[in-house]
Amino acid sequence: MSAGSIPSGDQIKDPGYPTASENYLTNSKGALTWLLTLDHKRIGVMYLIGVMTAFFSAGLLALLIRLHLFRPDGAVFTGPEANNWYNQVFTLHGAIMVFLFIIPSIPAALGNFLVPVMLGAKDVAFPRLNLSSFYLWVFGAIFFVGALMASGLDTGWTFYTPYSTTTDTSVILATSGAFILGFSSIFTGLNFIVTINTMRPPGMTWFRMPLFLWATYATSIIQVLATPVLGITLLLLIAERVMHIGIFDPEFNGDPVTFQHFFWFYSHPAVYIMILPAFGVISDLISVHSHKRIFGYRFIAYSSIAIALLGFLVWGHHMFTAGMGPMTTIIFSALTFTVSVPSAIKVFNWLATMYKGSISLTTPMCFAISFIFLFTIGGLTGLHLGTLATDMHLHDTYFVVAHFHYVMVGGTLVSFLGALFHWWPKMFGKMYSEAGGRLAAVIIFLGFNLTFLPQFVLGSRGMPRRYATYDPEFQTLHQVSTLGTLLLGVGLLVALVVLLRSLFKGERAPANPWGGATLEWQCTSPPPFYNFERPPAVGDPYDFSDIFWDTENERYVTVEPDRKIAPAEQPEPAHAEGTH
Amino acid sequence: MSAHGDSKDGYDFAHPIPVPMLLSVFFALVLLTIITVAQASFDIGSLDIVVVMVIATIKAALVMAFFMHMAYDKPFNVIVFLSSFAFVALFLIFTMSDSKQTSPDFEPVIEETASMEVAATPAAADEAETSEPTAE
Amino acid sequence: MSTIEAAAENAHDAHGHDHDHPSFLAHHFDTPEQQFDSGKLGIWLFLVTEILFFSGMFCAYAIFRMLRPDVFEGCSQFLNTKLGAINTGVLLFSSLTMAWAVRCSQVKQDRGLVGMLAATLSCAMIFLGVKAIEYSHKWEMGLLPAGLYFYDPANPHPESHTNYLFMICLPFMILLGGVVAWLVVSFATKNKFHQQCAMPLTVAAACFFVGIGLGMVLESGDSERATDDHPTHVTESIEQSETMQLISTGENQVLESLATDSNTGIKSELTARQTQLETAGSAIIQEGDEIAGAIISVEENVMTQRKAGVFFSIYYCMTGVHAIHILVGIGFLVWLLVRAVRKDFNPQYFGPVDYVGLYWHLVDLIWIYLFPLLYLIR
Ligand code: HEM
Ligand SMILES: [Cu+2]
Repeated sequence: MSAGSIPSGDQIKDPGYPTASENYLTNSKGALTWLLTLDHKRIGVMYLIGVMTAFFSAGLLALLIRLHLFRPDGAVFTGPEANNWYNQVFTLHGAIMVFLFIIPSIPAALGNFLVPVMLGAKDVAFPRLNLSSFYLWVFGAIFFVGALMASGLDTGWTFYTPYSTTTDTSVILATSGAFILGFSSIFTGLNFIVTINTMRPPGMTWFRMPLFLWATYATSIIQVLATPVLGITLLLLIAERVMHIGIFDPEFNGDPVTFQHFFWFYSHPAVYIMILPAFGVISDLISVHSHKRIFGYRFIAYSSIAIALLGFLVWGHHMFTAGMGPMTTIIFSALTFTVSVPSAIKVFNWLATMYKGSISLTTPMCFAISFIFLFTIGGLTGLHLGTLATDMHLHDTYFVVAHFHYVMVGGTLVSFLGALFHWWPKMFGKMYSEAGGRLAAVIIFLGFNLTFLPQFVLGSRGMPRRYATYDPEFQTLHQVSTLGTLLLGVGLLVALVVLLRSLFKGERAPANPWGGATLEWQCTSPPPFYNFERPPAVGDPYDFSDIFWDTENERYVTVEPDRKIAPAEQPEPAHAEGTH
Repeated sequence: MSAHGDSKDGYDFAHPIPVPMLLSVFFALVLLTIITVAQASFDIGSLDIVVVMVIATIKAALVMAFFMHMAYDKPFNVIVFLSSFAFVALFLIFTMSDSKQTSPDFEPVIEETASMEVAATPAAADEAETSEPTAE
Repeated sequence: MSTIEAAAENAHDAHGHDHDHPSFLAHHFDTPEQQFDSGKLGIWLFLVTEILFFSGMFCAYAIFRMLRPDVFEGCSQFLNTKLGAINTGVLLFSSLTMAWAVRCSQVKQDRGLVGMLAATLSCAMIFLGVKAIEYSHKWEMGLLPAGLYFYDPANPHPESHTNYLFMICLPFMILLGGVVAWLVVSFATKNKFHQQCAMPLTVAAACFFVGIGLGMVLESGDSERATDDHPTHVTESIEQSETMQLISTGENQVLESLATDSNTGIKSELTARQTQLETAGSAIIQEGDEIAGAIISVEENVMTQRKAGVFFSIYYCMTGVHAIHILVGIGFLVWLLVRAVRKDFNPQYFGPVDYVGLYWHLVDLIWIYLFPLLYLIR
């Protein structure tokens, strides 16, 4: 394990490099072979490009917001429409980030690439459905851009009634976009559940699956169960605008709190759609880069499922001040605490995994460690907000803004970047500059904290969210936050440059650059279009005892004393019977 | 694979349902429909919704078990499908109980009487005039 | 029994030459069973999403019925139980034929499969025909979602300028025309395959008009007894109707001007406050002695925009989304029918029939609940 000499005499297993006709990136040429591809890896790469574009544009909007807040009376948008501009910019920032970036980021982009390979399957169960998910995403994105072009959107990403039924901005376009994106998300989740259930090769039992797959499975459950409710909510909202159906619109005796119930029944589970895949990524990253078996495999696996299910019981914590009944608020507050238990279990397990491991501080590991810091802060502040009495004070302040940025940016985005750096050599067959990657990780960590730590203070002092101007007493903290944003932006740019540069200047990546034991490291980098010629030998995904550093070739190799290879012909399909 | 465990080589897995069974399920469903419609003409007060829902659920169970082959399907598929109802119940129970608690505060928001209707909508200025005398 | 043997025989047939991949087996699956199981789990998951999708509307229904049972009771009188019951029967029958179709595909009865699919399609069309009668009738009476509602108890059947029934029928007429043309062409060119497809489709398309006829007959049989005087409890407060009329005409203009006037930012804040003030002010005045009579009649009269309107909103949302599902199902059934004519299905590959069948049964399942919840309230 790890650095050391390779025991002599044993058989060294390394798949080598793919030929151009095997490599999934080059095995067929032309734009159409990409646009109409059914290969999950190419679809994953297209998603990756898509979500990064969305992230980039929403990031620019964020920059505008923060620059505007540099001065108490607003620095960027001026004139009589300044506040409307501000409202539209933060709405689009939030909506694009949530619906177009964070939700599809890890599951759709990386998940598509990784799930079948990690599983040892040839493809996802429904390749055509997979491609249509991608195009639904594209259409949804077009609708959002359309909303932007038409007359903006100023409801916030939450589309709360009654404002969303009366504003004259393009709510219908945006909600149709979100509706379509919802279907994209549902189909991706459905595809993964079926893939994991029915496409496992012989030997791949539930408890030999990498934790990323468990997390993806849990995420998919939420996608399938919660997203349809968003669909119907948005449909009813559209109907409300078109013909005033009077379900949400108080003008017609509807109840806006009902809208919030509908919306959060999806959107709280949706925050777990965002974070669960990140948990999966971190479990794998921590274990591989500590070269140590993951601590408490089953706890982590089950806690993903537990979070997915418990996540359905707490949506009311977003509505404590919205006028819910006193009994409901108390129940929801109590239930909110239960869901933090499985999250904490994971954090402890990661720490225990690192303990006495031989940690290599590679770029992905730097991101993984920042994740643990940032997510812990984000999760703990969630408990402040879940407490009734404190939430009365903190609701709709910058404290909430800071909380969810700690979990969504500090959690999901950071782990997305970690995953990107971890699997980049696998996806594109190129090594990037380690120094550059680590620099990016450090700058992002610092920039992020500089941006959002002050916001906790701002919020607890009473600075409300979604305001275009503020009291001068808050100026210093706002300015620190804006400066932090610039630093964060620099860090992200560095990361982008490092990755793009590797495509042209990077060294060829070996099959197993990190010493991972999961199946994706057993095929070449990049993988051949068919993933595996025959069902791969499935071992323990976190057993690093027969993986050694080959100093000569700068790669990790698997040294096999004698491990049984699964029969190549007529394998029994691993059809699932129940969950376990 | 409870009913047809020995799917040799994964080629023999069809499980056709005999025609008499299909027909008897259909007639049972029609009979239940007639019963629901018939009971609707008796007034049994608040029990009404319960009776109606029980009959509908029996019908649904018949459709699911036989027409949808659930009785012969894999247990996992059955669990997947039935669990959706648990989540629906969750959604309904929380949302309804909350509405019940809060409804005294908001319902009805706008009383629908003739004169008030007009006064409540400022844009209808011309009609508002007619109701002004009552308002003063 | 014999059928099962037949299936087994078929399976053996196939065995000899497809130890590799038969044409219907996608490359990434190992066996037809794996392919079938994947599809089956996939469709079950899809049905789960459908149930949660509908749950939103059931939730809205439950809340409003809980809060305003009187409105639901009153408005339910306007739904024609006979039409609802007939449609229930039609859908149940279509479920039977669909389940039978699945059986046919499993035992390789190709002709039976085509017949059963055609029967299912025809039932779907009849269902839509009856629905068209129901909808158009209500639209003419102004029993519409809250924002568009203009029902006037004093004049339940206003002179209508639009023929809604015709508008609904038009696309189906075009459809029927198209299919008939296809049939004629297929006979002219003696194309067996096209004939076999076009014939059942013509029958199905024509069935829409059977549904229309059925609906009309039942509706007219009913109207003497019910339709003309079913709003009995409403006519009691007939003295109110004059003012009611005033409001309902002004209502739409009011709404529109409200929507355009309200602007973002401070302006809308001001308008909102103004509205609030005025609402509150008038509400207080409403308590005054002069209006006491009006308040009592409010309790009696549920046929107003903000009460019945909401009921009909929910009614249209639920049945409308259900009807959209029927339309989508029709699309899938047509696709299956064409493939069935092509003899695509066999005991190792009947997945698509089974999946569409499950979808179709779910649509039926939802109707099983919608019918008593909407039509049978007392
Ligand atoms: C560790 C458990 C967590 C708890 C106890 C928790 C609790 C809360 C509470 C109580 C609120 C409402 C605050 C308010 O509006 O007054 C909230 C808001 C929010 N949380 Fe969390 N949270 C947790 C984890 C997460 C995660 C993992 C994410 C996303 C990845 C997330 C995303 C959000 C978002 C986006 C909002 C704000 C929504 C909005 O109003 O726009 N939270 N959280
Ligand atoms: Cu939440």
